[in-house]
Amino acid sequence: MDLSLELAVPSRTEYIAVVRLIVSSLVSARRTVAEERIDDLKLAVSEACTNAIEANAAAGQDQPVVVKVWEAPERLEVCIADSGSGFDPDVLPEHPPVTDPERLNFERGLGIPLIRNLVDAVRFESSPAGTAVWMTLFGGPAVDGGDETAEILRVVLSDDH
Amino acid sequence: MELGLDVDDSRSPHTVLAVKGEVDVYTAPRLREKLVDLVSQGHRQIVVDLDGVDFLDSTGLGVLVGGLKRLRSNGGDLSLVCTQARILKVFEITGMTTVFSISASVDEATAN
Repeated sequence: MDLSLELAVPSRTEYIAVVRLIVSSLVSARRTVAEERIDDLKLAVSEACTNAIEANAAAGQDQPVVVKVWEAPERLEVCIADSGSGFDPDVLPEHPPVTDPERLNFERGLGIPLIRNLVDAVRFESSPAGTAVWMTLFGGPAVDGGDETAEILRVVLSDDH
Repeated sequence: MELGLDVDDSRSPHTVLAVKGEVDVYTAPRLREKLVDLVSQGHRQIVVDLDGVDFLDSTGLGVLVGGLKRLRSNGGDLSLVCTQARILKVFEITGMTTVFSISASVDEATAN
């Protein structure tokens, strides 16, 4: 994979809109993916940045959030990394079902479930030194018209979430 | 980044809050504040019009859930106006379409 963007962003919430804009512009210019998928990635990137900034703040870290975009012929990966104290992505708080009135007491914790739903694949690399979230979107380079390949890959490869 | 928050109280008993712009962790506190203000001013039937919203993430969704909870515990309700697929998707993925009443227009939301 080739690195096509590396960005160190101040760990402050006002910069999330900038990251959304840069990543989505890059993807729409360089890849063959539907507009709707770019919206999905935009939301996933926003959720990951929010978590990264919160993780840095909780650990008292003023390190930047690092955003990287990697491209391969059939896919694009966005990595959002923080310097927080890490977490176990397999142990997330459970929410009551939406039919339970108690559900209204949970205003947070929807970010990671959303990310898992929005991108084709996601993996978390977390250690006490920080967390990196890798999000994959299938779809070929813009010149190749790779949308059909993307559909096939999505079906074959994205059954891990 | 500005978040537009326009209140229209000409549709009594409903109060329409039209939100414009992007709702994320940076701007959501302003939406929360506005909802808290409206409830403390005695508004009980609040319709949040999301059709001018370009982007809404889970923090924005959380603020709406908080507003709904606040209103219901005060004998009121919060409903939404939303026709944009990309915004509706956030509610669909999280199952929130069953929690909120979502209308296609302000007229529809304030009809009852």
